[in-house]
Amino acid sequence: MSPNDPAGPAAPQVKALNCPSCGAALTLRSFGNAVSLVCSSCHSVLDATDPDLKVLQKFKAAEDEDSPLIPLGTRGSLRGTDYEVIGFQRRTIEVEGIHYSWHEYVLFNPAKGFRYLTEYDGHWNLFSILRSLPEDDSGASTVTYLGEVYRHFQTADATTTFVLGEFPWRVRMGESVTVSDYVSSPRVISKEGTGKEVTWSMGEYVTCGDLWKSFNLTNEPPVPVGVYENQPSPLSASVKSIWAMVGMFLIASLLLLVIVYVTARSESVFEQTYSFDAASHDEASFVTPVFALHGHTSDVELTTIASLNNSWIYVNYALINQDTGRAYDFGREVSYYSGRDSDGEWTEGSNTNIVTIPSIPPGNYYLRIEPESDPALGVILYTVSVKRDIPQLIFFGFGILAILIPALFITWRAMNFEHLRWAESDYGTPPDDGSLIGTLENLASNFKSSNSGDDE
Amino acid sequence: MSQPTANCPNCGAPIAFRWSGSVQTVCTFCKSLLIRTDLDLEMVGKVADLPAAASPVQLGTEGAFAGRSFVVIGRILYEYDQGNWNEWHLMMNDGVSGWLSDAQLEYCITFAAKPEKLPSECRRGQQYTWQGQTYTVSSITKAHYRGVEGELPFQTWDRKDVIFVDLMSPSGKFATIDYSEDPPLLFLGHAVEFEDLKLKNLRSFEGWS
Repeated sequence: MSPNDPAGPAAPQVKALNCPSCGAALTLRSFGNAVSLVCSSCHSVLDATDPDLKVLQKFKAAEDEDSPLIPLGTRGSLRGTDYEVIGFQRRTIEVEGIHYSWHEYVLFNPAKGFRYLTEYDGHWNLFSILRSLPEDDSGASTVTYLGEVYRHFQTADATTTFVLGEFPWRVRMGESVTVSDYVSSPRVISKEGTGKEVTWSMGEYVTCGDLWKSFNLTNEPPVPVGVYENQPSPLSASVKSIWAMVGMFLIASLLLLVIVYVTARSESVFEQTYSFDAASHDEASFVTPVFALHGHTSDVELTTIASLNNSWIYVNYALINQDTGRAYDFGREVSYYSGRDSDGEWTEGSNTNIVTIPSIPPGNYYLRIEPESDPALGVILYTVSVKRDIPQLIFFGFGILAILIPALFITWRAMNFEHLRWAESDYGTPPDDGSLIGTLENLASNFKSSNSGDDE
Repeated sequence: MSQPTANCPNCGAPIAFRWSGSVQTVCTFCKSLLIRTDLDLEMVGKVADLPAAASPVQLGTEGAFAGRSFVVIGRILYEYDQGNWNEWHLMMNDGVSGWLSDAQLEYCITFAAKPEKLPSECRRGQQYTWQGQTYTVSSITKAHYRGVEGELPFQTWDRKDVIFVDLMSPSGKFATIDYSEDPPLLFLGHAVEFEDLKLKNLRSFEGWS
């Protein structure tokens, strides 16, 4: 028998029927795969496997009690397959006296079968029934599916509180089933039922925008509220990559540091000891002999060492380029005091002062030096030495800080996201799952609890 | 492979068998249920019309599974309290008989496994290991024969109710224990995706390409 055989059966058609209860026109869109059909006019639940559409249940509802955001009969392309919305139900759970409801859309393709879209507070998931059994990890609140660990999020009894269209199972208003969700963002595994029949299904988070495009919808999509159980964190990828960057930056810095230390010449280019008598009325300023600064533009370190005790010297320096006349002016004070009081020995200050002058081009330089001090202090001996090309650690410090601050900020934001996600779970806080965020979370909560312990 | 041809003892229409192991077929013209005996065909009854097809598969559909091609030569429609499902009888290109089940468009391919010691009764959640794979009982279904068409490897005309135990595994491998015979039969196979079967000669659905 070939499909073109004229004697063969005609292609199945969408069936037009009438509700046996109110006579309203009904459509069966799933070619005999439907088990239940709900009349949208009189809210009768009908047996779709019965040619007479036996009425199984009637329920009260306003005609527009709950209209699907994606109307029945709408078709869209999801992951390359066309699906038509054929059924819609609302399910409600009660947690601590508060009712929470979500919507489920039954999607149908005549060859690929059924898929389900769920919507809660503007968060959407595309579900399919699992054909392999997830492994319950006894003792742990996780299941493993295809090598991936899913963490238990919530278990609740879900009651069907509104139905519309057709379903490939016997749907009943008021029927309750235990639903457990296990998450591994962006996926979630749902376990429905207990005892006789357990169905496992897997959902994957879909954004409103993608969905509205898939179904060519023109109405306003709902705005997602809060963080949903399996909503992908916009930051978890950034956290990993930024810490990878921090790590690489640290390694690179370390390498660079080693290279700088190995290649830096730290060349001593000038050193001379002078004596200064502040009581003398001679001109204090003088110039040093010319010394050469070699190599590329780099820093110069000038050290002033004075043999002092309970005295001070202030030296005005100018580092002058003999070739261009450019001068770098700066002043340094060296002071050292010591004594003894009721607390014992004390000292203040130091005999040594070091200053770094950055970005000095190569060339021939000399120093103009003009010391000052208290004329009462007598003769002070001081040594001036100049070193060229000193490696500077501070810049590495700045660099590390520059990358560490955004890294910490992003990590904090990611932790916040996980906090909001798990706040809605049965546990209230994120699990310690060994991941970076989980570990940090745990550290933070331990820190908090140990702190509050101190307060008591 | 031989394709013995005979005539329907009821209406005289030619009856061809595509598979040498077939025991039963249905005359496509007069819907007589025919049993193949050593010599001849025996009419044992008439089959009721099947409900409007819900499956894209039909007699003559071709496909492939695990490197072997197959053609659909028969069908059993089972009914249970949550709906119905099809078991399509396959003739593999190496002469083995197999089954393609279509339960609300969820597909599974199974083959009769060599006899194992099977439980006379089981409960959901019980585990069994066959051929190195552990299976967990996922559902126990009491069904009845709603209808048949085409060639089948056993007689169904005298059967009414049957218990099926379905077992799932973490790897997608699938098992069914069929309690219609004593000792029960074990079928082992795999859950499959529609597109992986590369099916041809499918039924077309109005409004769907």
